Amino acid sequence: MNEKLLLDDGTELEQVYCRPDTLTDVPYHYCPGCGHSVVHNVLMEVVDELDIQDKTIGVAPVGCSVFAYHYMNIDMQEAAHGRASAVATGIKRVLPDKLVFSYQGDGDLAAIGTAETIHTVNRGENILIVFINNGIYGMTGGQMAPTTLPGMVTSTSPYGRDVHMAGYPLKITDLVAQLPGAYYVTRQSVHNPNAVRKLKKAVTKAFEYQMQNKGTCFIEVVSNCPSGWKMTPVETIKYLEDVMFQYYPLGDLKVPKE
Amino acid sequence: MEKEMKTEEPRLMKGNEALAEAAIRANIDAYFGYPITPQSEIIEYLMREVPNRKDKKTIVLQAESEVASINMVYGAAGAGARVMTSSSSPGISLMQEGISYIASAQLPCLIVNVVRGGPGLGTIQPSQGDYFQATKGGGHGDYHLIVLAPSSVQEMADFVFDAFRLAEKYRNPAMILADGALGQMMEKVILPPDGGLPKTPKPWATTGKTKDRGHNIITSLFIQPEEMEKVNLQLQKKYEEMQSEVRWEEFQTDDAEILLVAFGLSARICQKVVDLGREKGIKIGLLRPITLYPFPYKRIAELSEKVEFILDVEMNAGQMVEDVRLAVEGKVPVYFKGRMGGMISTPEEILQEVEAIHEKQNVLHD
Ligand SMILES: Cc1ncc(C[n+]2csc(CCOP(=O)(O)OP(=O)(O)O)c2C)c(N)n1
Ligand code: SF4
Ligand SMILES: [Mg+2]
Repeated sequence: MNEKLLLDDGTELEQVYCRPDTLTDVPYHYCPGCGHSVVHNVLMEVVDELDIQDKTIGVAPVGCSVFAYHYMNIDMQEAAHGRASAVATGIKRVLPDKLVFSYQGDGDLAAIGTAETIHTVNRGENILIVFINNGIYGMTGGQMAPTTLPGMVTSTSPYGRDVHMAGYPLKITDLVAQLPGAYYVTRQSVHNPNAVRKLKKAVTKAFEYQMQNKGTCFIEVVSNCPSGWKMTPVETIKYLEDVMFQYYPLGDLKVPKE
Repeated sequence: MEKEMKTEEPRLMKGNEALAEAAIRANIDAYFGYPITPQSEIIEYLMREVPNRKDKKTIVLQAESEVASINMVYGAAGAGARVMTSSSSPGISLMQEGISYIASAQLPCLIVNVVRGGPGLGTIQPSQGDYFQATKGGGHGDYHLIVLAPSSVQEMADFVFDAFRLAEKYRNPAMILADGALGQMMEKVILPPDGGLPKTPKPWATTGKTKDRGHNIITSLFIQPEEMEKVNLQLQKKYEEMQSEVRWEEFQTDDAEILLVAFGLSARICQKVVDLGREKGIKIGLLRPITLYPFPYKRIAELSEKVEFILDVEMNAGQMVEDVRLAVEGKVPVYFKGRMGGMISTPEEILQEVEAIHEKQNVLHD
């Protein structure tokens, strides 16, 4: 950063923004307009700014973001579907001075891994859980997730989610916020630049709390899945604003008493 | 060398507790587990003892399930820790997905299975019904654990050291396959020396990416088939190298005309059968595999050249007997004697079986 660049015509340019060292040169494989890549950027920018690359260990379970370790230039572990917070617990317990985060989808965190999620937070594991709620199983081709909204069409709810058959969308973040082990719980998004800036603040706070051994920080990002939702990226943003945020309102669910 | 190090007075201990004490002395960094009979004494002992050892920084955590336990083991092992879990049959079944991931990511760790009778919830009584699961992989994909089968409380303790030594040497999960009786019974044991197992460097571990190296990745995902095949070939090569670690024990095989093959507790019982038989003038010998993977195929094949028949004795419906038959390749008849569901054959029952087969064989030869 802040390198000077001299052009042929003598103009001097100052570099004010560049790819953080914490991101590799590998191009994202995510579909165009997918929120995953934006959240990756935010996480790694914070790691860069806090200068914690050598301390941060990430866990990426099965889901579209399982290859997060290709992009994040930090030590990382892939985890089985649903087990990211257990894997993160294992890492954090033996390396308590490192900063550990898991990065989990809604299928991962709120269906197959519900037990691990609840118990990890309940123990107040001193980690950051990043929860990407896109209301669908992206990786496996757009099946219904525990977070899929009533009436929402997916490949396993082809006539729209029928809550009498499939139950209601699980607001697991509200549940997690009730647990005494949770220190900071917030619901954010990346659907516009302002939201991205807010998420970045939340991630920064979460890492700082972890440095102070405060307990579990939990950040839900209500995100999109253009491919699974069968919408253009622009349409997904409208759907987020008009529908998703009604059910999953953005904002803090639990903030430390300071 | 092991003998020299054993300078301590013998203590009277339960198998599970001797194993737990050995784990403390092996300086494990972490234990993650979930209670299940007949092995809960392991986590109970660790929870009770570790806080009293001011020099130990061992993490002992009761997880919410065996699924969580094995994934905590994965994370900690990937972060370079010496880590273990323990359970009994149903719990080990729950761990299989995680064990497969650990084998693929090549993480050293110890998994203890104090086997009980199954299938299903089964019984809490001792069994050897998990032989297939332990030695043939257990979870999905082509992989093997290193499997050690103790037959005494002494070995419950000693094999903790051996298992970690092998696991770390090969970057492979190791299993101690015991049974409920070995876990519960009390015997004299000379414990391995405290701190007697040096830590090995793990430059591949996720300990935080420093400037002088690239980022370390622990993964079992190799999406390109070309790459996945390469990983598999490397694993197979490793399993081939691991064959040199095969261990077994023999009793009175020099002049044996009848060979018993048995592991773990069954081998203890068969030693008695050898004695009883010889009192009656029947020349019985015993081979006891100590490592179940790798398996002593070669030695069993050699011995089969000199005996009239082989009787394989297990506490199951006949699992290891398939490996014995593979070793023998039909050169001599291989018979099986076993009881299931937590029942154990007595030495007299087994000797009767030997005598009956012996008679039948002689009729055939006349
Ligand atoms: C044990 C197991 N069951 C099922 C799968 C298949 N699977 C892979 S990812 C996934 C769902 C992913 O959805 P989510 O966690 O919401 O992540 P996203 O792809 O939407 O980001 C499923 C069902 C698996 N890999 N392992
Ligand atoms: S399938 Fe959905 S979640 Fe996965 S990369 Fe594509 S848009 Fe993103
Ligand atoms: Mg999803």
